[in-house]
Amino acid sequence: MNQLFEYTLHLADNALILGQRNAEWCGHGPVLEQDIAITNISLDLVGAARNLYALAAETYNGLSDADKGAVAALLPRPWKSFNRALQEDDLAFLREERQYRNVLLAELPKGDWAFTVLRQFFLSVFQYQQYKALQQSTDASLAAIAEKSLKEVAYHQRWSGEWVIRLGDGTDESRRRIEAALELLAPYTGELFRMADFESAAFTVDPAILREAWEEKINAVFAEAGLSMPQSTWHQSGGKKGIHSEHLGYLLTEMQYLQRTYLNETW
Amino acid sequence: MSVAELEKIFQDKIDADGRIEPKDWMPEKYRQNLIRQISQHAHSEIVGMLPEGNWISRAPSLKRKLILLAKVQDEAGHGLYLYSAAETLGISRDEMTEQLLNGKAKYSSIFNYPTLTWADMGAIGWLVDGAAIMNQVPLCRTSYGPYSRAMIRVCKEESFHQRQGFEALLVLSKGSDDQRAMVQDAIDRWWWPSLMMFGPTDDASPNSQLSMKWKIKRFSNDELRQRFVDMIAEQVKLLGMTLPDPDLKWNEERKHYDFGAINWEEFWNVVSGNGPCNTQRLAARQKAWDEGAWVREAAVAHAEKRKSRRAVEAA
Repeated sequence: MNQLFEYTLHLADNALILGQRNAEWCGHGPVLEQDIAITNISLDLVGAARNLYALAAETYNGLSDADKGAVAALLPRPWKSFNRALQEDDLAFLREERQYRNVLLAELPKGDWAFTVLRQFFLSVFQYQQYKALQQSTDASLAAIAEKSLKEVAYHQRWSGEWVIRLGDGTDESRRRIEAALELLAPYTGELFRMADFESAAFTVDPAILREAWEEKINAVFAEAGLSMPQSTWHQSGGKKGIHSEHLGYLLTEMQYLQRTYLNETW
Repeated sequence: MSVAELEKIFQDKIDADGRIEPKDWMPEKYRQNLIRQISQHAHSEIVGMLPEGNWISRAPSLKRKLILLAKVQDEAGHGLYLYSAAETLGISRDEMTEQLLNGKAKYSSIFNYPTLTWADMGAIGWLVDGAAIMNQVPLCRTSYGPYSRAMIRVCKEESFHQRQGFEALLVLSKGSDDQRAMVQDAIDRWWWPSLMMFGPTDDASPNSQLSMKWKIKRFSNDELRQRFVDMIAEQVKLLGMTLPDPDLKWNEERKHYDFGAINWEEFWNVVSGNGPCNTQRLAARQKAWDEGAWVREAAVAHAEKRKSRRAVEAA
């Protein structure tokens, strides 16, 4: 069961970190309707993260002492002196960057609108396939969260795909920008499909098997956008093992500041 | 029909509490007055996203982050309804945005104050949205149909925000000494600017009289301000906090709370651009507008390409 704890954290971290990035657009979007849309996606992601952290906390609290010991390295340091059960916010606001399990793609700074929508598209198409498969998970709670989130992710996938097409098939400038974003983001897509230790249990989905459906969807949208995936073979990875980019530390510092300043308070 | 006859039909309709619709004849000044008021209101929603947006990345729990994101998003939605209502009067959203950015159009001065602690999120919901609702509820019956319909939707959501703000403060007020101090500090900073939200006193409010005659406005600034003071003076007791006004006390004869003098010099300074955040707020809107230009152009270009491709296919 300790694998369930880490796997759930991984799913939650992906959702939270991407949600936190997208939220940076709120109030600053290129047009009012899209400010609302990207905030909506952020809301969905943070909402899904919340459900997943709650499940992770519940899972941990129910573990045997031996299993608890096996995941000790993932626990928030300040929480250890609280003398109470683990809660969702402890996991989100008190773990350090080496304890975060999100993919690198999610944590990269938001960039321009092209970077934001393309990153969203890559991750949403992945999450769509992942959640679809997770609906069949042998863990009923995980399957239920996947089912609920799938409807939202279907919308994220459609919305971001439409923007990729719009920018690829828009003006010279939008095309230049989406191509630049593609060059920066493509090396981060490989990590999505590289299986981590915690992805090998019966209730998880092997990400490698999602690759074909992912590529099919990406290629279909890219064909309409007039884009093609760069043929590079080198891919950045490490996030799932807690080896992150330099960007994550700053994101967490900002996000966690209140919880770390006023320990164990109710908000 | 003569202008005098048209004016009579118009005023009769208003006096009978009817609604003026976009296709109805209306005096040019009524139209201008409404454009000024609705666009100012829409801009306030949009600029108002910034001080609260300032805390989205730092909200102290996942639940609070979700509530705050949803709230700021609602404000964007209010901006949309209101811009649409103003567009029925013959002005485009782009023109209104231009007027905001070049300083011709105003927005509520309250948003030129900084949000310095987490408790400011609660104080804004409770006091600022509370004051906004006092102003806005009567607008649900304002004489211009599209404006009144937009306001019905806005008010429903605003009263929800106000309850959420109060609830956030209530949680803090039951928390640690540090949290309680944070609440009192936020109330101290937001109280007077909230009272200023009702605008100048009645004898110093240039647009008010005509607005009352046309039922764009239904209560005077001072009447609404008094109602607000009466409400908040009671609610603050539930938080175990105080309002920063030594002159605040119940007047049995008037059946209202008396309150101290408002610093109008500060008010007019903030209105005219000298508030702590005026420059910063407009710069943020300008930046979003400028950096979004290529995105908006791309969307238009793509839509046109699609349209012409479809036309070719159809031919």
